[in-house]
Amino acid sequence: MIRFVLLRLLHVVPILVAISIVAFFIIQLPPGDFLSTHVAALEGRGESLDPAYIQALRERYGLGDPFWIQYWKWITNILLHGDFGQSFEFRRPVAGLIGERLPLTLTLGIATLVFTWAVALPAGIYSARKQHSWIDYAISGIGFVALAVPAFLTALVLAYLGFEFFGQSVGGLFSPEYANAPWSLGKLADLLQHLWIPVVVLGLAGTAGIIRITRANLLDELHKPYVVTARAKGLPEGRLTRKYPVRIALNPFISTAGWHLPSLFDGEIIVAQVLALGTIGPLLLQALKSQDMYLAGGIILIVAVLTVVGTLLSDILLAVADPRVRFGKA
Amino acid sequence: MATVERASQRTLIWRRFRKHRLAMVGLWLLGLMYAAAALAGFLAPFGKDSHSSDHAYQPPQIPSFSFEHGFYVHPTAGRTDPETLEQVFTEDTSRVVELGFFVKGDPYTLLGFIPGDVHLFGPEDPGERFYLLGADRTGADLLSKIFFGSQISLSIGLVGVGMSLVLGLLLGGVSGYFGGWVDLVIQRVIEFIMSIPTLPLWLGLAAAIPPQWGPLQTYFIITVILSLLGWTSLARVIRGRFLQVRGEDHVLAAQLDGVPKSRIIFRHMLPSFASHVIATVSLSVPTMILAETSLSFLGLGLRAPAISWGVLLQDAQSVRTVVTAPWLMMPAVAVVLAVVAFNFVGDGLRDSADPYGKRSS
Repeated sequence: MIRFVLLRLLHVVPILVAISIVAFFIIQLPPGDFLSTHVAALEGRGESLDPAYIQALRERYGLGDPFWIQYWKWITNILLHGDFGQSFEFRRPVAGLIGERLPLTLTLGIATLVFTWAVALPAGIYSARKQHSWIDYAISGIGFVALAVPAFLTALVLAYLGFEFFGQSVGGLFSPEYANAPWSLGKLADLLQHLWIPVVVLGLAGTAGIIRITRANLLDELHKPYVVTARAKGLPEGRLTRKYPVRIALNPFISTAGWHLPSLFDGEIIVAQVLALGTIGPLLLQALKSQDMYLAGGIILIVAVLTVVGTLLSDILLAVADPRVRFGKA
Repeated sequence: MATVERASQRTLIWRRFRKHRLAMVGLWLLGLMYAAAALAGFLAPFGKDSHSSDHAYQPPQIPSFSFEHGFYVHPTAGRTDPETLEQVFTEDTSRVVELGFFVKGDPYTLLGFIPGDVHLFGPEDPGERFYLLGADRTGADLLSKIFFGSQISLSIGLVGVGMSLVLGLLLGGVSGYFGGWVDLVIQRVIEFIMSIPTLPLWLGLAAAIPPQWGPLQTYFIITVILSLLGWTSLARVIRGRFLQVRGEDHVLAAQLDGVPKSRIIFRHMLPSFASHVIATVSLSVPTMILAETSLSFLGLGLRAPAISWGVLLQDAQSVRTVVTAPWLMMPAVAVVLAVVAFNFVGDGLRDSADPYGKRSS
């Protein structure tokens, strides 16, 4: 087991390095160098920056140096000093900007995962046990639509329903009176009241996908001889399903948890934009549009690293649950 | 001598596919949608750039019928309510706009070379306006825009999949056929790409498109970006199939007979799993359509004056719009229909791809 974890950890290192290079490559893509664009824009408005400040920024990021040297400065600053650079638009350190929004993003992600599992597992099992019943057809039908409807559309429709029937303030994760208040029980309750819309929207497609996988897996298992044997020996149906086939059908849950993380972040960007959530997604979008490239690069890096770590965790979890994975046989 | 009936693999697959009712529905739907995209100029009541600033956010009009006028609607005039600042439309019931089939209207060119100015349905007098599905911010007919948008939205998925198919076949094939360290490297690259959230990366790439580029160039770059998004899963499927087929007897026999490598690949290996590849491809088209819609919706994909469903949906970005002008969501209905149809067809293909296998439930 320890060997497996160590091996996987070794595996992650080159991926992390590659991610940081890709992230930096992307922030370098737009033509021109953003500092000069920024300075030009400020001067166009009649403002002026201290030349020493500009010079200091140039030095710090090594603008004008070749790609690899710039990359080296960027990544060593992050690793050694936790310094992600300066956001040009907000005139604040990138690390602080990301730090403010990261907790909400993580809360949203974890809540969505929990929702996905809590809905998909029972629905998938029920659907397989009662194959060809109308509930099975209903679940499959809803799943088909859930996979086809773009996330922003669900977000708009649900927000509309929440506004019309529950009188909720539209958009944001907090009511206006709590938006800038310090954390309290009231604020937590308020958050929970608002969280369900983005959670349902984000979880819908993933839930539909997992229901399909669970149903198919369980259907394969339910006709195997060991199930027939157990039934012949008089095991009650509920216990029979729970004890053996469900455990096997559970594997994809654990192993796909990691694969779902990237799509969670993908969805979050769109949904958060529509619902005006204070998460990382809209910040990234804004940074990309205004070419605030250190902010964008920092966010891409953080999100990618989080995903890789999440995948690693789910791999380890799978190895704990399934010895075949541990010994490299599955 | 008894004659033996023989059916080719293609016939077997087709027979099986036809039994898949949902897949057939999907196929018909797709056929209709692509036909509509090709005939957009004729089907749309108005031309691409036709709009009227008096009719911004005009709600949908439902035609009435009388023996005197045939199908007709009453002309409307929009004004801003001074108190609520909302657009209010009043019907002028004293006048009618007569509607007819095969009427003359804005000129268009079908498929890029057939000029015409006859529209399937529209106002008899080309100067009048009529909005079956309502109007957008500029007062353009949403129905016409949806027809024109289908040209880009439905083709971008196919072109993108075509590109990622080339990439996937090449890299997946090399990986599966040669194995060894080549396989190892390609597999690691695929794992890497699959393990990072794609949207931030593609957003970053899309943000790097210079804004002064024309619609055609942007369209091309967006397809390339989309195909970069799609090739990994295809490459995996193709590699898996290659590995499976490589060990089979007929391939070994061909190798022993000294058949050149390229002929083994294209004559003996590819045909045996082509149907699976086609099924996978048809299942990844909807992903691309959704990706284009999302990119354009976020304002990082195609931009007006290009018309795609995603670009049209940019107007419906906030809940306020949905409350005041719900018809702006209509392009999303088109997106959902196309995606569901592709999914049905893909599922049907996947189930019937192996005509000798047992039918999965």
